[in-house]
Order: sequence, then C-alpha cells, then structure tokens
Amino acid sequence: MVDTFQFTPKINLEFTIREKDFFLAGESASRVKKTLQQLGMEQEIIKRIAIIIYEAAMNVAIHASHGMLRVFISPEAITIETEDAGGGIPDVDLAMREGYSTATHEIREMGFGAGMGLPNIKQCADELKIDSKVGTGTLLQATVYFTNWQEKH
Amino acid sequence: MTLREIQTYLGAEILCGEGQLDREVREAFACDLISEMLASASSHMLLITSLTNAHVIHTAEVIDALGVIFVGGRRPAEDVIEIVKKNSSIPLLTTKCQMFDCCGLLFARGVQANRKDPL
Repeated sequence: MVDTFQFTPKINLEFTIREKDFFLAGESASRVKKTLQQLGMEQEIIKRIAIIIYEAAMNVAIHASHGMLRVFISPEAITIETEDAGGGIPDVDLAMREGYSTATHEIREMGFGAGMGLPNIKQCADELKIDSKVGTGTLLQATVYFTNWQEKH
Repeated sequence: MTLREIQTYLGAEILCGEGQLDREVREAFACDLISEMLASASSHMLLITSLTNAHVIHTAEVIDALGVIFVGGRRPAEDVIEIVKKNSSIPLLTTKCQMFDCCGLLFARGVQANRKDPL
C-alpha cells in the first residue's frame, strides 16, 4: 500500500500523441496504470489517474494535429499534462458542460464524443487548469494529490 | 454468479481469459459509451457492451472490470483479442443475446446494477 512504499524523488513519463492516434490514449492509460500498480499505489487513486490520462489523451487525438502527454509523479501528487497544437477551445465553460461535444460521427461510433471528457477529468482531478488559445492549442494540467500519503507522513 | 455460470447461462463463447472464469460477478454495467464507462462504472463489475474496438478493452482494464460480454453476437477483431491474450488476463465473452435480453437474464439471476451513486 501507499504507506509502505518509498517514492523516488520524481518520475516523469512522456508520450507523443499524433492526430487520430486513438490507440495511444488507452494504451498510455493502461501503461501508466501498470507502472503505478508496481509502485504500490492505492487502487482508487490509480483509477482516477488512468481515467484522466485516457480522456485527456483522447481529446488531443480527436481535436489536435499533434500533442504531448506528460505524467509527473512526485511524492505528494501526480500531474497529468497534455499540450497540443490544435484549434483551441473557444469557450472553456461550454466545453466543461456535460453533453457538449464537437466530435465527429467517426469519433462517436468508437464510443467517444459524448461530451463527457472534460467533465470526467474534472471529477477525477483535485485541481484542473485549462489554458487554451484559439488557433494555437490547449494546455491542460490535472493534479491528483496523495492525501492518504500526506496524512501518514 | 461466477463468470463460468454466466457463460453457460447465456450460451456465451469464451474469446480469452478462460483461466479467470471463477470470478464472482455481483454487479454489471451495460453501456456503449466509453466516457460513461469511465465516469460511472465502479470497480469489480461485469461490463456488457456492443462496442468491440480496442478502447473497450483498455477501458475495461482502466476501470478494473471483472470481464467483458459482447452482445448481439459481436466480437472484437482477432488482432484485438491477440493483444488481450498477450497483455492482460481479462476474460472476454460473446453472446448471441441482445443487450436487453442479456441484462434481463442476468438481473433475474441476481446480478445487480453497478453504479457509483445509489438512486
């Protein structure tokens, strides 16, 4: 469990996401999940992190020409960051609304594009920052804190 | 019900994960939207879906599903099944039952709806 495992000071993971590389989103979520399980982290926290990675990376694959997924693991928290070269989000509040989506029919046929991506990320993260410029791209940073770990140390 | 009992009851075909069919299923979640699976399903339930792409498999892994049943006779492509066999132990089954029938039959046998927030 969390309290018996020694963190290395910082672990960073990085993935390049290309346009319509939908496979990478799920694959990176599965891979990070396995890494965190090997580190002995709590299951529920791992699940929240994997969901954030899945949805955030999928957003980049769907909406941007390319982007990066970065996972920063520190003793206190995990931050998941996606940075993309895409169209940007004109209205972040609207994009955060459940059910709002600009995804194509192709995306919907895969089971995505239900307008739940960003709301899902918000639900799973302790902190969420979205910095988006129309025509330039979007930087998303979602942080999950290891509260149990902090309490015990 | 164990996954093996469910497999017999639904006349389902095992696609992979035969060694894990003793898993006890108390709850199930039926859905064709990936984001809804990620948002609403809690761990240790049986996922019932008609989606057969690789995302369903990754999603099932992410949400710690006990297994996946594909309804309406659908099955993932062979290369997807091969990836699961290599990287995961999650059981995949396919049944000719349609979604409604599959859910109804399992519900009648005591499998409960899986939801994070009780109604």
